[in-house]
Formats: sequence, structure tokens, C-alpha cells
Amino acid sequence: MSDVQTLDRPQAAQSGGMLPSIYEVRRRRRELADCVTLEMAPLEGAPLSFAPGQFTMLYVHGVGEIAVSISGNPGNGEALVQTVRSVGAVSKAVCGLAEGARLGVRGPLGVPWPVEQALGKHLMVVAGGLGLAPTRPIIYWALANRDRLKSISIVYGTRSPDQILYAPQLLGWSNTEGLQVGITVDRAGEDWTGRVGVVTELIAPMLHDPAETVAMLCGPEIMMRFAADALADAGVSQDDVYLSLERNMKCGIGWCGHCQLGPHLLCRDGPVFAYPAVRDLMTVWEL
Amino acid sequence: MDRAAAEPVDRSIVIPAESLDTLIGALRDGGYQVWGAQERDGALGLAPLAAAADLPRGRVEAAEAGTVRLTDGPRPAYFDHTLPMQGLKRMVYPARERLYAAGQAMSLEEDPVEAPPIAVLGVRPCDLAALDTLTAVFESGPFVDDRFRQRRAALFLVAVNCMRPAATCFCASMNTGPRAEGGFDLVLDEVMEGDRHVFVVASGSARGRAVLDALAGEEAGQADREAARAGSQACAEAQRRHMPDGVAALLKQSYDDPHWANVAERCLSCANCTLVCPTCFCSTVEDRSSLDGAEAERWRRWDSCFGLDFSYLHGGAVRTETASRYRQWMTHKLSHWHDQFGMSGCVGCGRCIGWCPVGIDITAEAQALAASEQAA
Repeated sequence: MSDVQTLDRPQAAQSGGMLPSIYEVRRRRRELADCVTLEMAPLEGAPLSFAPGQFTMLYVHGVGEIAVSISGNPGNGEALVQTVRSVGAVSKAVCGLAEGARLGVRGPLGVPWPVEQALGKHLMVVAGGLGLAPTRPIIYWALANRDRLKSISIVYGTRSPDQILYAPQLLGWSNTEGLQVGITVDRAGEDWTGRVGVVTELIAPMLHDPAETVAMLCGPEIMMRFAADALADAGVSQDDVYLSLERNMKCGIGWCGHCQLGPHLLCRDGPVFAYPAVRDLMTVWEL
Repeated sequence: MDRAAAEPVDRSIVIPAESLDTLIGALRDGGYQVWGAQERDGALGLAPLAAAADLPRGRVEAAEAGTVRLTDGPRPAYFDHTLPMQGLKRMVYPARERLYAAGQAMSLEEDPVEAPPIAVLGVRPCDLAALDTLTAVFESGPFVDDRFRQRRAALFLVAVNCMRPAATCFCASMNTGPRAEGGFDLVLDEVMEGDRHVFVVASGSARGRAVLDALAGEEAGQADREAARAGSQACAEAQRRHMPDGVAALLKQSYDDPHWANVAERCLSCANCTLVCPTCFCSTVEDRSSLDGAEAERWRRWDSCFGLDFSYLHGGAVRTETASRYRQWMTHKLSHWHDQFGMSGCVGCGRCIGWCPVGIDITAEAQALAASEQAA
């Protein structure tokens, strides 16, 4: 079509338009003061199967619909697991859904992380803040494929210790053989014995063999840009850096035009991109 | 569409101008409601036609940047006017439609698609191209919009090749007109020579051929076919506006051009251009609910990239300034559309030029950007 590079989307046929399927909240867990993880299951039909990096559109009766990444284990399709931060009317309503409540789900949508690219190599996941939610399926996948990866590193930065998402799980992973977990926060009180600083400072020390590393980034755009720079400075090829972008989405299926970033429709061509496909676009003013 | 039907479809005949009503009758007999351009409130709109007399015969647009007025033309031609203010977009993609109703306990009921068979008489080549463009958006991606697909399939398209351009037309430089090369069921050329006033009618689909075969007319002779072609050629040559070559590549180098600020000093962000554009497809969704909240509805309606909240992301809008919104619209239309859908999003109809309240001219802005990049 053009010289615009995008990743491959799943071969499985994608069905459906704007009409959601009905799901029920089976379990609700508060993660942070403003974040909730929901485990959902469809009222009818098979559980949703997805690839790491894909998202759904969640509809709350009478309130609206938002795009939310999937945070569950792709190898365990029992429940649809999604972590939502309450920032607007719809996300607030999603966070407020009680166990047993119903909601609409469309998906899975979007292009997944190309996790196979990491096979036989070192895998580094760099996440900022809530960016750990869309990358957690990569970690589940990596744990299931540990013997096919040289190493797994998780680099996580967030604002403050009370903003560490999935904290018990991160602790568990840090005690898992073959997994390295580095956590840093922007600011902390005296009771924090961990690291304070930006996430990019952890990247170089945690790299094993830059030429044999595949990195996957998710977080604020500014963080991803600096993380990509830090990876490049350390010798990781930009072609081996992938990131997930976010824009306003009304449809999630390429029809509404809201999620454009230059030549890309983020819902259709992304949200996951190889860094070179979006690098220059990310620095264009108000694109 | 049945463009690839095995039956031979290429036949052309000549009918007298008075027989336009016979054509309308044949379409009606075929089960179609017939629509065409009609004058209303000083402008042309697409509306159901009772007879050929409803067409704006003898009228032409005096269109310029920022103005579209209807005046009497030099001859009583049926189709010397060019474009209704909106193209076929609203017929295949309504400005507002309810997607579904959500009752209590989330029982979702999808609204059925209403797609009555409609024949549109007088579709211009640029609007045919626009329909193909929308089809690429809604039918060629990983998801097919069945609502669009059904409405489009219900349209019978009677194209008219243009013999006279409006001053805002630039289809020749977009390779979309003024002569239709396909995508129609029937195509008309209006030939007026002295007292002779005829239509050359050619078929472009099997169902078009069936309608054509029901008309009484002689096979078109070479002279009429040549006259028709010459008329289109003259129309192309008479176009005063042109899109510069290489505009798609130019715009990709122009993200930071100072000219965007110049446009923003004039642009009102009013969204008129996106409303009259036959290819602008952006939409948003609205939720409505009963006072007690038990019943909810979800609606889709046209949206515009000129609105501040179009790019809203938690924390604020991405495109806060008019300059970045105009850049988004124009760059999407002329450059990023190629990346997204393999074709231009602009068909050269010129509506955005005429209907802009401050007369911003997309061809002039493209030329200004080309000059600005050359100077840089």
C-alpha cells in the first residue's frame, strides 16, 4: 500500500462491528486508589482468546464505551482480565462495576506485540505507570516460554511507591529464576528502600547483550521516547524496539478516524508498532 | 456491484432529451425511488424526484472560494449545474443513526438497516470516486461496516459526465473526472448542438444494461460519442483550479511548516468543509438514556477533526490549535489517506472551497505549502 511499516495483525478472522457481546463481572479487585482489575466472562459462547497487546472496547450501559488493553494471561482463557484507571466518565463507571454486573465487550482488537521476535533472545519489558497493564500479557507469555528466551527483564517505573501496579506479582516475579525485575519511582518517602529515579536509568544496567535484545515499551509517550533512546544508546537496534501507543478511539475498528497518528490508524495498524514506524511522528507537534 | 457480470454491459444509445422522464419511469418500474439534484433555499440538494422537471434545468452554480450561488446558465441543459452541496455520503452513511438500544440487564437490540433501493440520477464522476473512497474505508479493512455495505448495494447510480466545470472544480488534477470511467450503472452525456438536445446513455453494469434495453433509442453513433468525449475534454481544460503534483509527499515534509499558522489565522474551525466533503468519514458515538437510566441508546454521528474534543485523550486534547487541526484534515485527505486506504481522500469536487465561510481553498493552500517548502 505504501512505505508505512506496520506489524502483522492476527490471522484469525475478526468479526463484529459496533455491537458488543455481553459479559459479566466475575471478580473485581482494587489495584490502586484509582485502579481496578476486572475479571469478566461472556454470558454466552466461548471465553475471549487474545494475543498480548490487544485491547477491547468496554461498554457501560448508558454511559459509553472506552478502549482498554487486556492484562490477563493469554495462555489462560478462562476470564477476560482488564485493569482500568478511573480518569473519565466511562472509566469511572467501569471501575465502579460490581461483581455480577454486566457490560458490553467488543474485541479482541488491534495488532499484538510480536512476542515471537524475542525467541532465542533477551526480552526486556519497559513499562511506566499503568503501562504495566498492557505489557503483563507479554510477561505471562515469556514465563510460559522461559526456556526459549535467553533472559527476561522487567523494568518498571511509576510515580510513587503507592502507585506500583501489581505489586505482589512484581515481588513474586523478582524471586523467580530467570526473571530480573527493576523498579524505580519518581518520588518516595523515607519508608521506601527502593530506587528513586527515572526508568531510563535502569535500562543499560539491566541489559545483557544489547545486540541480542528485543524490547517492548508501554507508558507515557515521553517515557517511551527516552526509553527508546536509552536502548539505542546501549546498542539495541531500533528495529528490535516495539511500543504501544494511545489515542482517542470511538470505534476501535478503523471506521471513526479518531485514533490517527499521521499515516496510522492506531486501532487498525497498532496499537503496537515497531519504533522506526512511529519514531519521527512522535515528535511532531500536535500530530 | 455487478460490474464484473458475465453479460455484456457496454451498450450505448441515444435518446431525446424529453425521454429523461422515460428513464425515470424505467427506474421506478425497476423498483427504485429516483433521487436527483433539486434547487431549494438557493442551493442544490439531493432529494426524491417526481419528474425530470424537478431538475434544476438551465441553472448553473456561480461558485468561488467562500460562495456558491445559483444563476441562470446560457442554455436549457439539465446538467450544466455541477454538484449538490452534499454528495452520496449521507445516502450510504447517515449523519446520525442509532446503532443499538440497550435495555435493562444489557439486552442489546441492534437497529436493522434501512436500505431501500434508490436510483440517483446525475451523479458526477467526482462523487462516484468519493463513493469508491468511502467503500475502501468501510469495506476494505479488517472490519466491514455492514450498514454501509447494505446501503451502498441498494444504490443504482446514473452518472452524468460533466460538460461544464464550476470555478471550484479540480477533478481533472485528481484524475477522478470530468468523465466517469466506471463505477456506474448507467452514464449520461448531455449533447446539445443547435436545436438538437439528446442524451447518450451507456451502461456500466448488468442491471444498468437491463434498464437501458428497456429504453427506446437508437444505437449511439460515432459522432455523438465523439461529441460527448469532446465535451468532457473541454470541461477538463476549462478547470481553473489544480492540485499540485506530488502533494502527498509534500505534506509529509510539511508538518512543521509555518504556513499552517497562516491558514489558522483565517480558519474558523467551523467544520463546514468536513460536512460537505463527500469522503470525510469520521464519526463519534453518543449515549442517550431514559431519565431513570433503565433504557439506553447508542448513536453514531458524523464528527469533525476540527472540533477540539475530537482528539481528546485523558488530560486534554492532542490538537489544541486550529493550525494542527487544519493540518490534520488536509494532510489526512491528501497524504495519509494513501497510506491508510491506498488512494487519495480528495476527489477534487471543490465543495470545501465553495462552502468555506472564509474562502479557504485547499488547492491554494497546497500551492502555498509547495512554495514554502521550496523556499525553506
